[in-house]
Amino acid sequence: GTNEYDLLVVGGGSGGLACAKEAAQFGKKVAVLDYVEPSPQGTKWGLGGTCVNVGCIPKKLMHQAALLGSALKDAQHYGWNITQPVNHTWSVMAQAVQNYVKSLNWGHRVQLQDKKVKYFNMKGSFSDTHTIRGLTKAGKETVVTAENIVIATGGRPKYPEHIAGALEYGITSDDLFWLKESPGKTYDKIKNDVSLECAGFLTGIGLDTTVMMRSIPLRGFDQQMASLVTEHMESYGTKFLKRCSPTKVEKLENNRLQVTWKNTDLGTEETDSFDTVMWAVGRAPDTETLNLKAVGVKTNSETGKIIVDASEATSIPHIYAVGDITEGRPELTPTAIAAGKLLARRLFGQSSELMDYENVPTTVFTPLEYGCVGLSEEAAVQCYGSDNIEVYHAYYKPLEFTVAERDATQCYIKMVCLREGEQRVLGLHFIGPNAGEVIQGFALGIKCGATYPQLMKTIGIHPTCAEEVTKLHITKRSGLDATVTGC
Amino acid sequence: QEAAKYEKKVLVLDFVIPTPLGNSWGLGGTCVNVGCIPKKLMHQAALLGQALQDSRKFGWEFTEEVKHNWMTMTEAVQNYISSLNWGYRVALRDKKVTYENAYGEFIGPHTIKTTNKRGVENIYTAQRFLIATGERPRYLGIPGDKEYCISSDDLFSLPYCPGKTLVVGASYVALECAGFLAGLGLHVTVMVRSILLRGFDQDIANKIGEYMEEHGVTFIREFVPIEVKQVAEGSPGILKVVAKSTKEDTIIEGEYNTVLLAIGRDACTRRIGLDKVGVKINEKTGKIPVNDQEQTNVPYIYAVGDILQDKLELTPVAIQAGRLLVQRLYGGATRKCDYVNVPTTVFTPLEYGACGYPEETAMEKFGEENIEVYHSHFWPLEWTVPSRDNNKCYAKIICNIPDNERVIGFHVLGPNAGEITQGFAAAMKCGVTKEQLDSTIGIHPVCAE
Repeated sequence: GTNEYDLLVVGGGSGGLACAKEAAQFGKKVAVLDYVEPSPQGTKWGLGGTCVNVGCIPKKLMHQAALLGSALKDAQHYGWNITQPVNHTWSVMAQAVQNYVKSLNWGHRVQLQDKKVKYFNMKGSFSDTHTIRGLTKAGKETVVTAENIVIATGGRPKYPEHIAGALEYGITSDDLFWLKESPGKTYDKIKNDVSLECAGFLTGIGLDTTVMMRSIPLRGFDQQMASLVTEHMESYGTKFLKRCSPTKVEKLENNRLQVTWKNTDLGTEETDSFDTVMWAVGRAPDTETLNLKAVGVKTNSETGKIIVDASEATSIPHIYAVGDITEGRPELTPTAIAAGKLLARRLFGQSSELMDYENVPTTVFTPLEYGCVGLSEEAAVQCYGSDNIEVYHAYYKPLEFTVAERDATQCYIKMVCLREGEQRVLGLHFIGPNAGEVIQGFALGIKCGATYPQLMKTIGIHPTCAEEVTKLHITKRSGLDATVTGC
Repeated sequence: QEAAKYEKKVLVLDFVIPTPLGNSWGLGGTCVNVGCIPKKLMHQAALLGQALQDSRKFGWEFTEEVKHNWMTMTEAVQNYISSLNWGYRVALRDKKVTYENAYGEFIGPHTIKTTNKRGVENIYTAQRFLIATGERPRYLGIPGDKEYCISSDDLFSLPYCPGKTLVVGASYVALECAGFLAGLGLHVTVMVRSILLRGFDQDIANKIGEYMEEHGVTFIREFVPIEVKQVAEGSPGILKVVAKSTKEDTIIEGEYNTVLLAIGRDACTRRIGLDKVGVKINEKTGKIPVNDQEQTNVPYIYAVGDILQDKLELTPVAIQAGRLLVQRLYGGATRKCDYVNVPTTVFTPLEYGACGYPEETAMEKFGEENIEVYHSHFWPLEWTVPSRDNNKCYAKIICNIPDNERVIGFHVLGPNAGEITQGFAAAMKCGVTKEQLDSTIGIHPVCAE
């Protein structure tokens, strides 16, 4: 045909860039459109998408800053003489993180260049099924045509717009990582893991942080584990207002913000003032501006996400979607990357391999980290019945916590297996330090169909936290004390 | 403890012959007292020193000069160890296992003589015996070694800071100790006879050495000490070490506060009366050969742990072997200890986790044309902000091409190597192939991905 490009990717994030670069490997003519609509507070960033700029990367770095605060306390027990008080300066951390993110933006641009992928810093919308209209910040228009189009525009944080003052005075994760000055006393209205993570590191660097939850934390995750995570955060210093809903946000004379909320348990109305109010009530795709209606790409009416089949195809031929914008998929960078790569291989590399979304491991980087892969206990019970599953569990204490005199109450491991036959492992849940490092290899084992006996045959590495997984032997069913004792 | 579960009448004899410098410890063995546990805690102390430096880049502020106090650390470590010693005594008592703090020697069939610290003797008979006496550090056999040098048996409870230290040896014990001593701010030199970490993947061993050199450890390669003299008394004093090159006639001298010998360990099998009951040992190494059920050549005498010939000297292996043995003897079980693909981790400043074949061994066993090695350097996200050690961390997997590209070797060099390696070891136990590895989604952002 007379299309300019073989592949046009709209959205330069984890999924989009991976797809574009992979397609370029096959010698195809590829272009990427990436544009960041500034947040209501005016924050914007460079190429790379959510993960790089306002997600995984800055989050993990600030989480590390908080962990280092704990390390400083531990260090004294281990003989290091640090004179108190120890202070944290937000701007030093923020600048270091922001500089690193900018180096990644640069790195992505160089990579695209090296792989001969054309990059447009433009906001794209559909004109027809093979045509995208790109608009620069200045309003200059460019029309781009392509044989195949991949939509990978991701999502942006939602605002609870029905709450007065939410939009004018509140920030989201889009803004938090780019703040030049400390957020101070922070109010965090949450729904998901993003916000628990933020509340966690804000507490860790010494800020007075309150989390408000309407119902349950970490919806979709194993709820026993979610409770342990929030229990730890409470003992760590984060304040929780449970079963509360904010009703309005007002600005006070001293520029602080006053939040009013309803306590659904007590039926009362309460207020408090904060320096910062951060909303983390979910993310939504920005499909309005894509003009999907013009080409008939079907979206889920409730979530607004694009409906795709197992091959990432939308309802319109030659138009695909990957990443956070797709309905029913995990909102994770590695799945977006893998899906993007496989899509490119199917389009241009004669591959037929589809993306496998089963048993995708993930980690919540709260002060005490939670890593998991496979089914939650409740999902396993629902799927197989509680009589047909066996849950092995253990409370353990990381060796490093002993000398540091740290509380290990919430350090816990749980493995959900089928009870009969070879006892295949359905899900593994780990709370403790370095949870992501621990879970990754076991996720590989689960991909191989690991069974409980196989895990028990595996010798542990001593002394680590991960070895406790290979030593799990107390079942929930037995009712016995699951605390690990001795060496 | 496992045997007591089957309501067997069990006696445990444990006795620690003091080190040449007079050091001793409680119940629990090497791991708890002078091995894994204190080692990892002191390694953690060193890592925290690094964390302090990193934390400044992450916005933490505190005084420029931070010093380490050896006594604070050692006291804390020893207190924890004491709690473990106590815990074991309580556990044995609770499980109704009789414990005697006495030295055991066979004096005839089914009969053992015990001698306690005060020289009081007892005689016991048993239907079955399990020898698990482990090993002790080897000395060089040169003038001054036993009088003036310390070993890992002494280091973890040393009542004074070791100061400027010479570590003799290139074992993981040597490198781990040298590593954390340097991390605590001490001046450390390592004297190596030939190669580092014999038996481990040599490519990785060299990377470990390089990293240590870049982080303040001096290496003297291809030299062995021939004499240790005392220059000045003290805690620590000053010692003069004379060393000879292994290649030429060169002699060098150096002065140190402490000389730590870590040249290997010898099995404690030569003076426990094994000849009286006919248990065969390897005369050269002192190790005991056993069959795949941990049975010696004498049917009612078994052995587990570091003293076994051709087995790995690791705590989890010893524990597993011991438990399974008892389950077979008294529980009707048939499961044997699986010694294949046992993972391990070397807790050097840059940690090294491994499972399966080193690259050179894989090449030798399967042939170079049948091996594919996939590898990558990586930069932990946490090291970016402090701008530290870009391109030092490394991972490689070794695959057997004809066998579905099965992963037969896993090696990772980086932080939290043990935590990373454990799960991959489980996957290898499940027979993971390269394809399965490729189809596993990573957790982002972590090193393991």
